[in-house]
Amino acid sequence: MAEFNATVTEKGNISVINLKGFLDAHTAPALENTFAELIDKGKYSTVVNFNDIAYISSAGLGVFMAFIEKMRENKGDIKLAGMSDKVYNIFDLLGFPLLYEIYKTEDEAIKKFSENK
Amino acid sequence: MKPDKAVQQQKELVVKSRTENLSDIRNFIQSTAKSIGFSDDAIDNIILAVDEACTNIIKHAYKFYPDGEIIIRLKYSNKKLTVEIIDYGSSFAPDTIPDPDLQQYFNQKRVGGLGMYLMKSLMDDVKYSSVPGKYNSVSLSKNLATQVDNE
Repeated sequence: MAEFNATVTEKGNISVINLKGFLDAHTAPALENTFAELIDKGKYSTVVNFNDIAYISSAGLGVFMAFIEKMRENKGDIKLAGMSDKVYNIFDLLGFPLLYEIYKTEDEAIKKFSENK
Repeated sequence: MKPDKAVQQQKELVVKSRTENLSDIRNFIQSTAKSIGFSDDAIDNIILAVDEACTNIIKHAYKFYPDGEIIIRLKYSNKKLTVEIIDYGSSFAPDTIPDPDLQQYFNQKRVGGLGMYLMKSLMDDVKYSSVPGKYNSVSLSKNLATQVDNE
């Protein structure tokens, strides 16, 4: 079975979600839960760090589609960071760079939240 | 029997229609594609395309019924790999599924259709055939040559 986990670290008022392993149709519900818990707590400013992601399929990408509007409605966002070229290519193929902010590093993504205020 | 690279060979994996089996499917593709001589990038693309096809079967053909059968049949020579994926679930008309418009998806909160688009983008050829009430099949092909002609 594919290994995956999502851990949340609070950095100021930003929630950083660190992804690890394989994000596919089997593991995507775990990430959905992570986002749902953040929304329950009223935390809408999130950075997703892809440094330790080995694999992602469209089921994984669908999770970001499902939650982005809720985050933005509440003056937050889902900013993406730390993708390998391989992972970025999949996001790019599906047109995500037009709709999502994607940064090289987690720090860059976190900084953007304060700049936009 | 000695394997002859020029002759087409065949391998098969049969799994139940459960998302927990996706990793076994990916490992099966990985080892065979590597033995044929595909580059790591090409192998990644084939793995993702097959994952998308099987995910669609689990979600749409079997609608998460966990005991459906998915047959993954690899046919390969030293020139080409074809992955034929067969299921016995509901049929659909692939021609009626348009390429996704992400902006529209975003507005409508829709996430389907991405998998089919990825399959078409990542493979050299994608063919659907189906006998409603009997079986559905999708064939994903990748030529070995297309990734070697860098010159």
